[in-house]
Amino acid sequence: MLLVKNTLNPRSKGNEDEVVLHSLFTVFQLDEEGGEEEQEDEFEISISVKDPEKIGGLHPTNDVNVFQTQLAMFRNKTFTVRRRFSDFLGLYEKLSEKHGPNGFIVPPPPEKSILGMTKVKVGKEDSSSADFVERRRAALERYLQRVVNHPSLLQDPDVREFLEREELPRAVGTQALSGAGFLKMINKATDAVSKMTIKMNESDVWFEEKLQEVESADQQFRKLHTLVESLVVHRKELSLNTASFAKSTAMLGSAEDNTALSRALSQLAEVEDKMEQLHQEQAANDTFSFAELIADYVRLLGAVRGSFDHRMKAWQRWQDAQAALQKKRETEAKLLWANKPDKLQLAKEEIAEWEVKVTQYERDFDKVSATVRKEVNRFDKEKAKNFKREIINYLECHLQSQQQLIKYWEAFLPEAKAIA
Amino acid sequence: MMEEVKEVTSTLSVHGHNIKVTEVLKDGDTLTFLIVSQKLSGTGEHHVDRTYDDFEWLQQLLFSQEDEPGIQGVIFPSLPAKASANPSAKVMKQLGFLGLGEWQLYCKVLERYLRQVAAHSILSKNKAVEIFLTSSEPPGRQRARKNLFNRLSQAVEERRKEGYKRFLDVVQSEQKIAVACAHFSASLHLCVEPGEDPDKQAFSKACVQLSEVFDSIKKNMTSVAENDMNTLGLGLDLESRCQEAEKEMLFRRTCKLVELEAARRNAEKAKPLKKAAMEEAKKTAEIEFNDICVVAKQEVHRFRAARVKMLQHTLVQWCEKQLLTAKESADQFNQQLQAFRGIAP
Repeated sequence: MLLVKNTLNPRSKGNEDEVVLHSLFTVFQLDEEGGEEEQEDEFEISISVKDPEKIGGLHPTNDVNVFQTQLAMFRNKTFTVRRRFSDFLGLYEKLSEKHGPNGFIVPPPPEKSILGMTKVKVGKEDSSSADFVERRRAALERYLQRVVNHPSLLQDPDVREFLEREELPRAVGTQALSGAGFLKMINKATDAVSKMTIKMNESDVWFEEKLQEVESADQQFRKLHTLVESLVVHRKELSLNTASFAKSTAMLGSAEDNTALSRALSQLAEVEDKMEQLHQEQAANDTFSFAELIADYVRLLGAVRGSFDHRMKAWQRWQDAQAALQKKRETEAKLLWANKPDKLQLAKEEIAEWEVKVTQYERDFDKVSATVRKEVNRFDKEKAKNFKREIINYLECHLQSQQQLIKYWEAFLPEAKAIA
Repeated sequence: MMEEVKEVTSTLSVHGHNIKVTEVLKDGDTLTFLIVSQKLSGTGEHHVDRTYDDFEWLQQLLFSQEDEPGIQGVIFPSLPAKASANPSAKVMKQLGFLGLGEWQLYCKVLERYLRQVAAHSILSKNKAVEIFLTSSEPPGRQRARKNLFNRLSQAVEERRKEGYKRFLDVVQSEQKIAVACAHFSASLHLCVEPGEDPDKQAFSKACVQLSEVFDSIKKNMTSVAENDMNTLGLGLDLESRCQEAEKEMLFRRTCKLVELEAARRNAEKAKPLKKAAMEEAKKTAEIEFNDICVVAKQEVHRFRAARVKMLQHTLVQWCEKQLLTAKESADQFNQQLQAFRGIAP
């Protein structure tokens, strides 16, 4: 089983703040060496998601893949739980219901993939299904890491239950979250909001600008994703072609009478084989550093738009309450004029009710606006950090590849020169 | 138009080893090649322009040196498939590596052809070579005669070895990657977000720098593909046509052997009236076959040595070029990595 530790935010040494969150928790802390960045958060949790195991026959109608998460705590105390893919989706559902309307940006999980999962269920063992499994595992890891990095979400009891509890009750209602379904949901919400005929009187121009930025970023990222996927395809192609070439060169070498030439050709075949390995690694690098990252951000931007929508809804609710209040006041005026004292009393009571509601909804709207603003700023910060980190990773890998390549060529040169 | 060539043999008045095909000009659909050769006397150069059809004219005349004993034992330098200024997909396939760039490889192949002809002890004596290289007027257009020498059909790409095709695939993949990187690099520029916000600026800067990185990757891939084409690709192309040429020669020799066997049988079975004539024919056939064998043996020997030398040269060149490209690229990436680490978090 492959263990991939996905550690974030390495701390500089000597900064050991302790945080007591709840009586349920002790201390979350991670000792990491060699941190370059400053640590703003007061705690860290490291999540790693291991390779899935199949537990056949238990839940025939649902995903049979199971994931393990490992929670690294202070003094290397770790624990492991098994989770199904639907559990991750279930977690998202709960968090999104609870926190979405308040303007929080709830990280979205990876989508269901019917094709990918069918292959895995059927037991088809080929490179594309192995690829799919790895991509999903990594995506789940990143998803969970984002959730626990969010200071507010981490405090949610559902999150803690997800991380700690032995057995989770089966999540229901996750059918909506297939890949296409998820996108549809986001688009529907956005359409509904844009269909609102009452244009929001945007007193704070920040929100208007931000929304535009988010929408244009969304477009750009989708485009980038397509381009990176295309790059990955070509790299894989190169890898395959290099392997074929290596094979045919090896055959040429063995068919050759001239011994010097024969040896050179076999060495050429070996060099090409090594290069094929490098190309494969490069393709994986492209995939994970960029394609997956960009896909994550396409989903995240959807969630950001979602939070703007929730703010819009909160505003709408406030406006509707104000309109209702206005109506009640008109009714009161009419009743005064018509002189119907008992109905008037009722009307006055209703007005009081609605006044309370209006005040409440205005406060809610302000609160949501403040949350959205804070969340978006946090999102921007995280985005800049994430991208920078991934790019550095990518460059380091790429540089390593090149240096390896140099070694291979340097080894081959004397062999080529020695042909006589 | 030149008059009919009367004298067939002469010595070449130019150096053979440094003949150059320097340029290719497009005139409608035809390609014209500029050929420069150095006079033996050291008094200057010959500049001539020739089309593919002129090369074929030369090849035909070389094939038709029937008086030359053992001419059929020669392994003839081979010409590539005909190229036009706007080649069809079919022609591009035929050309393989030679169609990938901007005709530089094609010129190199023609250059090699001329150098091989000029260096060949038997072929260089043909006056057609002198005319081809030095005459300011285009040589005549002799109709291609169907003979044993024309067996080299246009279906070259089917007979190519797997290695050639696979390497062609490799080079084409590399070119595709370069294009994909260029697109990605361009797209990243569009992600730049304006504003004073430090996070926005950090992200925008990262995008711009990443765009530069992918631009470097594109340049690297382009160089890698070019190196592949110009060295190993060219080598594989020459090698494949060389092997065909050798096979052709051996085939001709076999045909001659069959003739000889027939002549021997005829001589045996001949009735006394015809006996003398048949014996004469048999003797001629024997002499011809022996001549061919003598030449063939020398040719095969020379050929194999040349082939090994060429492949060695190709592999060394390929390796050196790729090594240089890899080193340059590693330096570049290193610099970019350092620059990235320097951006404020």
